Amino acid sequence: MPKDLIIDGKAITVEDGITLMQACEQAGAEIPRFCYHERLSIAGNCRMCLVEVQGSPKPIASCAMGVNDLPPNKDNSPKVISTKSAVVKKAREGVMEFLLINHPLDCPICDQGGECDLQDQAVGYGSGGSRYAENKRAVEDKYLGPLIKTSMNRCIHCTRCVRFMTEVAGVSELGAIGRGEDMEITTYLEHGILSEMSANVNDLCPVGALTHRPWAHNARPWELRKTESIDVMDAVGSAIRIDARGREVMRILPRNNDAVNEEWISDKTRHVADGLRTQRLDQPYIRANGRLEPATWDAALAAVAAKLKAANPKRIAAIAGPLAGAEEMFALKDLFHRLGSTNVDCREDGAKLDPALGRASYVFNTTIPGIEHADAILLVGTNPRLEAVVLNTRIRKRWRQGGLTVGLIGEQVDLTYPYEYLGAGGKTLTEIADGKHAFAAKLKDAKAPLVIVGSAAIARADGRAVLAAAARVAIAAAAGKNSAQGETWNAFNVLHTAASRVAGLDVGFVPEKSATTDVDSFVAAAEKGELDLLFLLGADDIDMSRLGKTFVVYQGSHGDAGAHRADVIFPAAAYAEKSATYVNTEGRAQMTARAAFPPGDAREDWTIIRALSPLVGHTLPYDSINVLRAGMYHHAPQLAALDRVVPAPADVISVLASGKGAVKDDAFRSAVKDFYLTNPIARASAVMAEMSALKKAAGKQAGLAAAE
Amino acid sequence: MAVRRLSSDQPRDFAFTPENLAWAKETIAKFPEGKQASAIIPLLWRAQEQAGGWLPEPALRHVADMLGVAYIRAYEVATFYTMFQLSPVGAKAHVQVCGTTPCMLRGAEELIDVCKRRIAEHPHELSEDGNFSWEEVECLGCCANAPVVQIWKDTYEDLTPESLDKVLGAFARGTPPKTGSQIGRKTSSPEGAPTALTDPTLYDGSKLGAWRARFPELQGSDATPAPAAEKPKG
Repeated sequence: MPKDLIIDGKAITVEDGITLMQACEQAGAEIPRFCYHERLSIAGNCRMCLVEVQGSPKPIASCAMGVNDLPPNKDNSPKVISTKSAVVKKAREGVMEFLLINHPLDCPICDQGGECDLQDQAVGYGSGGSRYAENKRAVEDKYLGPLIKTSMNRCIHCTRCVRFMTEVAGVSELGAIGRGEDMEITTYLEHGILSEMSANVNDLCPVGALTHRPWAHNARPWELRKTESIDVMDAVGSAIRIDARGREVMRILPRNNDAVNEEWISDKTRHVADGLRTQRLDQPYIRANGRLEPATWDAALAAVAAKLKAANPKRIAAIAGPLAGAEEMFALKDLFHRLGSTNVDCREDGAKLDPALGRASYVFNTTIPGIEHADAILLVGTNPRLEAVVLNTRIRKRWRQGGLTVGLIGEQVDLTYPYEYLGAGGKTLTEIADGKHAFAAKLKDAKAPLVIVGSAAIARADGRAVLAAAARVAIAAAAGKNSAQGETWNAFNVLHTAASRVAGLDVGFVPEKSATTDVDSFVAAAEKGELDLLFLLGADDIDMSRLGKTFVVYQGSHGDAGAHRADVIFPAAAYAEKSATYVNTEGRAQMTARAAFPPGDAREDWTIIRALSPLVGHTLPYDSINVLRAGMYHHAPQLAALDRVVPAPADVISVLASGKGAVKDDAFRSAVKDFYLTNPIARASAVMAEMSALKKAAGKQAGLAAAE
Repeated sequence: MAVRRLSSDQPRDFAFTPENLAWAKETIAKFPEGKQASAIIPLLWRAQEQAGGWLPEPALRHVADMLGVAYIRAYEVATFYTMFQLSPVGAKAHVQVCGTTPCMLRGAEELIDVCKRRIAEHPHELSEDGNFSWEEVECLGCCANAPVVQIWKDTYEDLTPESLDKVLGAFARGTPPKTGSQIGRKTSSPEGAPTALTDPTLYDGSKLGAWRARFPELQGSDATPAPAAEKPKG
């Protein structure tokens, strides 16, 4: 039943079941708070959100008071609530004074300064001086891992961090020991937190008790230039804000996007920032006498152009890596087609996906918000906790609401929610596809079933058969079911790990005969000496030792495996330094923005390819990124629909399901072996290297303990 | 109250004895499915009893594993409740001296002095022989018999520094003294003879019940007044 309230003199009707704080916000009143966070459970322990309610002898903590729980007035008139009265102000000032009793006056040396809730609210509710003459409480700092710097004197016991780790991250590691004034936030015996989401607690901390260790004391928030962009560390496309000072990216923070990442990002997304500064390719190189020598752009472009012009178009190939943007893939494909070659492939891992089948065959059709409607999920050959951290928290969020069954075929790992372990390999998948397995019935009974296929499962030799089997499961599960909007339910989902993959498939960065020609055949040809030139667009994860004597051009931002093997290096911009389109695993096209300039002579990727094109006699017809994008949108109109998911026609799933071939019974493996080192930027980051080492050590310890 | 930390001196491992394990399983079974974590306090308490009056760190993990909760949750509970001892206590006696107002007024501070002299300078510190430890606690609920101490599950009441000395001496000899009042009174009955309501006329009917004399019909009758008042009706 909607409830009538009068908040600060404004009559308002609010919906059932919301809290008084939400009602006040709907009425336009601003309520200060420390412990309350809309994505966490309600604790009600900071008392900052007090409001005055008519008929109540004392102020009420609005975050924990439901509007339905307000006692009615005798004459059933609407309750009068005041958020600005003298009583409220005095009460909040009292709360603030208590909070400040034990809070150190170290704002000048505190990293939270300038973006501190306590600092901001003390301006509104703090008194000028202190009446407290006693010693302040002293708390030992805790070790919570290399990402979290602690200064526990500053802690105001809001427990946001504890609630986040337990509820959202699903890792019950943080807790509050002791009681009263002596309460302290810590982990069990101060083991570092091992969660892929841990750095989010620093964002949640309303004071400077938990701050980011990697960029501690490096910058003040007000001196940073803030750019809203998109993350490319995985295929989820989390919304991020890149803070830069001068030419340097100082830090990466999450941005709110309910459709993708809510307001969390993974530790890799955040702390890869230092990788943008190290191992950079900042000038072109040409290999001479076995050594890479610095060169000018003219010389490097001319060297590649000469090779391209001399080569037989059938004997050249290009591979796009995980961080390539849609624009450069489109330009490179365009150039190769003009040269008469269709040997381009964005499926660096060898995924057996075919864009000719249609978009629904290679995207996460249900979409990430769609996970919240699911009641049965089958994970095939994927470990979403490492492959798509934020997506995994969505599944966990759904599981916490109750009534979700998860089945897993693949590696038996901790996903932060319970699941039914169905089997390791293809046999189980075939059984479910044939309807012989008990889980097939569960999917059939579910109102909104999901089948999620991992990218490693479809990169196997029998990937096409895995896709067909998964499609059969999805079709059987979704038969006759509709989404909340009344559309036919599409249960088939591919979970990619590379940010570039969907865009590459969208712009058609695949060979003409994509079933028989792929990255593997390029590499095999190179090994046999049948390839004259291989163009690596940020591709580092192929086996460089198999490339033989092939002339390798590497265009990318970081000196990784590809650059080491290259004969010519084109230095390019990283994702924070260019505006490029990335399409996430759902098929949501999003655009990054330039937060800083690329270092040295590095250039934005598409301009390099454009500069190369006249030298090979096929000038690409775009002089600005807008003209290029116009051409790209003409070819792949779905890329023009920025920030939205255009539902892909689902009928192609049945074509996919008709695929021939048997799924081998080999065990499925996750696409991500080391979460912290999945791409060249992460491999250049010292923080990621430290986290990776820590995780390995912890794994060994756990292994030893298990062995005992 | 002070900051409580786990002792640095910890046994290597901990496991319930077969009897305690059976008891623990029975206790866990008392809670509805999915709420087994609620058994954490009784289990930790039993673990403390088994470990000799304190809760070693491996016991926290043992109990957490039994209940399927994270270690940090058991750690939170153990550090929250001060009746869980986080460091080793005396093998023969852990003296909990009540320091709340009635006991303090009746001389608890002198009792603490005795503890400091006989056991150790600081609370939660073991005596040199490891047989004794002490701490100050809040109200033990025996205010009428203040000052009191609690040793294991019993209280020793009406103490003086001398009688506490005797009590501790008896524990040291391994012959625990009589529990309760140390001056011989029964529970919280008056010390010595009654000091109030001592007038014998209160009990001979000359004052209490003297009104009966005004009702001749009640004379010689043992009937209580209420039924007597109903008699005329019948």
